[in-house]
Amino acid sequence: MTPATPTLTKKDFVSDQQVRWCPGCGDYAILNSMQQAFAEMGIAREDIVVVSGIGCAARFPYYVEAYGFHTIHGRAPAIATGLKLSRPELSVWVVGGDGDMLSIGGNHLLHALRRNVSLKILCFNNEIYGLTKGQASPTSAFGKTTYSTPMGTVDRPINPISVALAAEATFVARTVDVAGEHLKATMMRAAKHEGSCFVEILQNCVIFNDGVFDKVTNRDTKEESVLPLEHGKPMRFGKDRARGLRLRGLKPEVVTVGEQGVTESDLLLHDESDRSLAYLLSRMDKESFPTPVGVFLSQQLPSYERGVMGQIERARAKRAGDLMELLHEGDTWTVRA
Amino acid sequence: MATKQLDTLETVTVRFAGDSGDGMQITGDQFTNTTAILGNDLATFPDYPAEIRAPAGTLPGVSGFQVHFASNEIFTPGDQPDVLVAMNPAALKVNLKDLTAGCMVIVDTDAFDARNLQKAGYAKSPLEDGSLSAFKVYAVPLTSYTESNLKDVDLSVKEKRRCKNFFALGMMYWLYSRPIENTLDWIEQKWGKKLPEIAKANRTAMKAGYAYCDASEEFQVRFEVPPAPQTPGTYRNIMGNDALALGLVAASVRAQVPIFYGSYPITPASNILHALARYKNFGVITFQAEDEIAAVTSAIGASFGGNIGITGSSGPGIALKGEGIGLAVMVELPLVIINVQRAGPSTGMPTKTEQADLWQAVLGRNGEAPVPVLAPQSPADCFEMAFEAVRIATKYMVPVMLLSDGYIANGSEPWRLPDSFASLPEVPIRYRTEKEGFHAYGRDESTLARPWVKPGTPGLEHRIGGLEKQHLTGNISYDPANHQRMTKLRAEKVERVVADVPDVPVFGPERGRLLMVGWGGTFGSIHSAVRRAQRAGLSVAQIHLRYLNPFPKNLGQVLGSYDQVAVAELNGGQLRMLLRAKYLVDAIGINKVEGQPFKVRELLARIEELSA
Repeated sequence: MTPATPTLTKKDFVSDQQVRWCPGCGDYAILNSMQQAFAEMGIAREDIVVVSGIGCAARFPYYVEAYGFHTIHGRAPAIATGLKLSRPELSVWVVGGDGDMLSIGGNHLLHALRRNVSLKILCFNNEIYGLTKGQASPTSAFGKTTYSTPMGTVDRPINPISVALAAEATFVARTVDVAGEHLKATMMRAAKHEGSCFVEILQNCVIFNDGVFDKVTNRDTKEESVLPLEHGKPMRFGKDRARGLRLRGLKPEVVTVGEQGVTESDLLLHDESDRSLAYLLSRMDKESFPTPVGVFLSQQLPSYERGVMGQIERARAKRAGDLMELLHEGDTWTVRA
Repeated sequence: MATKQLDTLETVTVRFAGDSGDGMQITGDQFTNTTAILGNDLATFPDYPAEIRAPAGTLPGVSGFQVHFASNEIFTPGDQPDVLVAMNPAALKVNLKDLTAGCMVIVDTDAFDARNLQKAGYAKSPLEDGSLSAFKVYAVPLTSYTESNLKDVDLSVKEKRRCKNFFALGMMYWLYSRPIENTLDWIEQKWGKKLPEIAKANRTAMKAGYAYCDASEEFQVRFEVPPAPQTPGTYRNIMGNDALALGLVAASVRAQVPIFYGSYPITPASNILHALARYKNFGVITFQAEDEIAAVTSAIGASFGGNIGITGSSGPGIALKGEGIGLAVMVELPLVIINVQRAGPSTGMPTKTEQADLWQAVLGRNGEAPVPVLAPQSPADCFEMAFEAVRIATKYMVPVMLLSDGYIANGSEPWRLPDSFASLPEVPIRYRTEKEGFHAYGRDESTLARPWVKPGTPGLEHRIGGLEKQHLTGNISYDPANHQRMTKLRAEKVERVVADVPDVPVFGPERGRLLMVGWGGTFGSIHSAVRRAQRAGLSVAQIHLRYLNPFPKNLGQVLGSYDQVAVAELNGGQLRMLLRAKYLVDAIGINKVEGQPFKVRELLARIEELSA
């Protein structure tokens, strides 16, 4: 492909379409950081494709000056899989919300991840249906009152990170809409990863679920509520990074370094190659634990498209296809004039 | 050895029937291939249960294979067998209703024990109660003969007994004067290296069956069926699904663009996936998707990337693909959707044939979403129509529906191979790369196709999607006049495909009493019936539609040239309704939904009735 133009800026990724999200929507911040990330990835603009399903988040491709495909509800991972197999050299980004990816498109998400197709799947999780005007989503908190659940939900929410890990994704991360630099850095890592990437972006819906992630975005609370994940480093958080995470048996617990004889060496070290640890982190409940943000898992495994193309190359190397020979395969007979 | 009488026949129909584990499909395939090489015209029809191995000896477990071969041109696998090979009582019972007086019946007496008789629901052996007196019954202890001929083979008794189908095949080769060499070669290829004892056993069993008939007092007459006059050329025998897969590959090679086949396993379409998965050396990408929706949408994604996206399924799967097909209509990307129809609705009868998805193909999407619809008329025709589907889809940037059915998918007939690569039609595909004057929804003046741009092309970055598109720019548009205009443009584009639809040829008089109309896989049955009626002096003509949307240009004029139009189809009258709606023709229907093809004699009876 064409070598990347070194001079790309954020502006190069701003399309001529008017952005039509609600004022104050978290998607604006995500779009801004993403456009910056695209400019800095070192990938030619024409080699970037954004594929989306249906929902507020799915309008994303229209606003990015690259190739884009706004498809149908839930099917973006499947469409992107076909695209990636036909054109492995492209950088394919999949954008959708929690309803699009975890409800109607759950099956496609599961299989795109387990196949390890090199897709950068971004799930904008706002724990609500926005575009259809405020119904409960598969990530809505248990008991949540919405238009479709006036007495509160009675179905339990799904945990996107746990799902991605169970589905064998090889890159799993969480970031936050307003955490510009972190979001951008996470995208840059995803861009380089071979294999399936799943990034949950906690996103505020200002109309139907405002403040749902306040704890992790509010200046007053976020320090105590967010556990930044850094590979090889002890898990510390809070004011002056005084608090930490320790393992007792198979259960994590929050401790304060320097109290009751706890030292930094007692804390859990983050290891991005450990799927079980990643799963354990994903299961920590919001009430008693900080919300981990960062890369849960990053694992090197050959991608699906590499496997598919490899077989085609091997078959061709063994015997290049000759159509007339193929048509004459098996028993033939000739009738003379 | 006594000299045996040799009679010459014009046409013969043989049916092999046994347990689904008895190897009846292999036996039928071998007999067919040998017969094809001898130069007979032929048609085959396998009829097998959905269960992989239904309980042995039971009626639902019976698997059959019918082959009709002749020294003249034939078009169907035959209404009823001239000879039935029944490997057990259940196989006899299931097929008895199709036998006419004088039919030859060869049974394996070893399988007619008390247990098998009871499983088949016989209180008394039909071999002993005189109930088969109308037929020429040959009662042969096939299993024990097979076993005794395999004394020197190092296999278990059970394995030896399983060779009885080759003993039966040997008998049939003798009876119809076919050489055994072709099957000997095949056995060698299949088992010679890996399982030499099995190869030896099957060879020996087949030779023993042949020798048995040659020596037996019971078989005094053998038959020959001379080769049929065929158009000069090179032939092979082919099943519809295999021909279809080859047609797709041929179009891909001609276009020099790889195909992407997204599919989810479903009867009777799965073996298209199996066939294409073997053609990786042609750059074919096969993708076994997680479901039918992913199968179609992955193909759309591949088309977006510049490949020829194809998906294949049967009715229930096509229902699931509906929204995806609508997306392809809206984003105007090429896509081929193959529906190997089976008996429905819902799960219906998966292994049985039907033509009841025509409305689904033509009308079955939300909104105004027309697509071209093509239907092959015979197993070999699947090659040409698959090729055509790719050619039209890429020329007009449109999803094309290809309606095959279980009958032609699994049936086979001789196929005259294309003379040369150059004799295949061209499939010109051009990707837009020029920036100057580019509009994502600009259109070719003659076809109305929009440009196909591969992502990765510098300067042509653009967005497509399922929301209504503004004319030219492709931007999202809710403008009322624009929606009207775009809806009309999409419809007109499909109508313009008529430029690539040949006029429908009329078989028979150009005007007359009766016109028989059919479409898709029923060609052979209708054609055979019409030919017979014409020979009997009836004023009847036939047209057979391979293009169902748009219809051929001359169709209206042809329909108006007969006193009566009758539409024969394996559904409740779907084509008939479309013809009545479009041409205001008072057509009557000849309809059947039994999961079985039309019999020539039942169509002939209706023709006689309608011509009277």
